[in-house]
Amino acid sequence: MNAALAPPPSAPTPSETPTHYLNASYGFRSWLLTLDHKRIALLYLASITLFFFIGGFYAVLVRLELVTPAGDLMSAENYNTAFTLHGVVMIFFFLIPSIPAVLGNFLIPIMIGARDLAFPKLNLLSWYIYMVGGMVAAYALFTGGVDTGWTLYAPYSSTYSNSNVTATAIAAFITGFSSILTGLNFVVTIHKMRAPGLTWFRLPLFVWAHYATSVIQVLGTPVLAITLVLLILERSFGFGFFDPARGGDPVLFQHLFWFYSHPAVYIMILPSMGVISELVTCFSRKKVFGYGFIAMSSVAIAVLGFLVWGHHMFVSGQSVYAGMVFSILSFMVGIPSAIKVFNWTATMYKGSISYSTPMIYAFGFIGLFTIGGLTGLFLANLGLDIHLHDTYFVVAHFHYIMVGGAVMGYLGGIHYWWPKMTGRLYPEGWARFSALVLFVGFNLTFFPQFLLGYMGMPRRYHAYPEEFQVLNVMSSAGASILGVGYLIPMIYLFWSMRYGRLAPENPWGAKGLEWTTPSPPTTFNFDETPVVTEEAYEYVKEEKH
Amino acid sequence: MSGHVTSKKIYFAVFGALMILTAITVGVATLDLGQLNTVVALAVAGCKATVVIWYFMEVRHARPLTKLTVVGGILWLVIMLILLFTDYISRDWMAGPQAW
Ligand code: HEM
Ligand SMILES: [Cu+2]
Repeated sequence: MNAALAPPPSAPTPSETPTHYLNASYGFRSWLLTLDHKRIALLYLASITLFFFIGGFYAVLVRLELVTPAGDLMSAENYNTAFTLHGVVMIFFFLIPSIPAVLGNFLIPIMIGARDLAFPKLNLLSWYIYMVGGMVAAYALFTGGVDTGWTLYAPYSSTYSNSNVTATAIAAFITGFSSILTGLNFVVTIHKMRAPGLTWFRLPLFVWAHYATSVIQVLGTPVLAITLVLLILERSFGFGFFDPARGGDPVLFQHLFWFYSHPAVYIMILPSMGVISELVTCFSRKKVFGYGFIAMSSVAIAVLGFLVWGHHMFVSGQSVYAGMVFSILSFMVGIPSAIKVFNWTATMYKGSISYSTPMIYAFGFIGLFTIGGLTGLFLANLGLDIHLHDTYFVVAHFHYIMVGGAVMGYLGGIHYWWPKMTGRLYPEGWARFSALVLFVGFNLTFFPQFLLGYMGMPRRYHAYPEEFQVLNVMSSAGASILGVGYLIPMIYLFWSMRYGRLAPENPWGAKGLEWTTPSPPTTFNFDETPVVTEEAYEYVKEEKH
Repeated sequence: MSGHVTSKKIYFAVFGALMILTAITVGVATLDLGQLNTVVALAVAGCKATVVIWYFMEVRHARPLTKLTVVGGILWLVIMLILLFTDYISRDWMAGPQAW
């Protein structure tokens, strides 16, 4: 047991259960009509977890097919459907809402000393919109699926594919609005509802990261919505936006799609970076190194992230000159990301580091994100990308970022704030064990894919030449370990909701307003509005004895 | 923001302006101006959007933060168009087989 885990001497030993947001009212209505940001966060938690397992199911199919070189388990068509649904579900229904809609929803009001988000009803509406989008996606999935890849490239999607493209596009269109509403709510909340004394530069870095993310959600998502509408118009009514036979330009679809979808990868990673900033300072017991740089690098990523989308299109027929511009701009996005990694490392330097579960996830994030980010720079090379584009190298690259980075950050955050969200502690031993299982499983799954891609194995085919089998078997074996790594936390977190030890107010000895509220917090978070008198992360380093 | 009552006269004037601009769009579509086709179409569309945002959406009475938000939105549209056009303008600069 970790020293940081022992309840502080002043922790109340509750003789009777105090009222908090979970036991304030009961019944379906009290959840489905709730305006409490914390309950809405839990609604999201349950729904995205469901989608995570649906998306995971398709990943299992993909990896099973790729155990053998022959395309024997599935037909090419079914395989196309499997990887498409994996991508669509994981991106639009799991990773984009994950940290903002769950942790952001739960924590942002508490971190800034507010009773709720600025628009509680809009917040509930965003969950309903998400669920409606999810149901349309489920409809698309059960009535034959889609086979275009999550990127829905025209003119295949608009003219040739016989699968459920329209339903999928409508599903993504609808969920997009839930994402916009979440972002809008956060922007207004952060501008308007900060507690007295909580100036912009005292905000927790988690809040800065979500502010930047929200800007992307609000400015980027509408473009995706319009693009999908154009796609549906072309597919259903024969408009000629993208089909060259009708005077359109297929590359235009890619431009519009990636104008949203590249920033969207930052919607996925920025909140995770916000989580890591919290974890690293707390478990190093040190003030974060270079607060201003980390805060501003989030904003820089949000802005620069909009200028690089053409790096997905180097071999698409886009002009080489545009390619050069996008290549240079892509290299520049590396800078703010690197700033963060350096600052986290500098924060740990001479800190008193403890290896609690959330910190293990933070270590995982930093290492894996660095690999994902650096290989991104390989891909941003105009020349090298001709070799690597649409190979497994790309698949490995984005999984290092999205799974190794974003999902690790998500799980680290879930563990860190679990005591606050549920009032219970999870079993630390199991938690550390599964974090390590995830790390090993992850690398075994995805590192071989770098090699495969470099050797020339293309993505999105159900069969491959014999010589690629060893690495593919390694990857599938890793995926099974990874699967176990996701199941263990599912089990013990569920278990802990009932049987876990009661959590004190501040189990980690962390700074931040959320740790001054009871665990779990009351419905309105604070009895009286807190006044903030110090900078973020004023940790006092423990004396060495 | 609140407190400003826009007179009907302004609304009708704006409506008239939008109608005239629409007529221009339609008219210009029948002429072949070469490279200028897109420029003119976008310029007219930009005027329309400006009128709508400024008068109908009451941004002229809005507080600075709201104005900043509007400018942000427009700036993003401009980013999109500029980078998009770097592609379309320069696609045939290089000798060799043409893409589309
Ligand atoms: C957790 C978040 C995850 C996200 C957001 C995600 C996202 C994606 C995306 C966008 C693709 C590209 C699909 C396409 O090519 O159209 C993909 C491919 C793939 N993913 Fe994931 N993924 C996640 C987790 C996983 C996990 C846990 C596994 C393995 C256990 C996995 C295995 C694969 C495989 C094997 C492919 C390659 C499909 C192919 O192109 O042949 N993914 N993923
Ligand atoms: Cu990108």
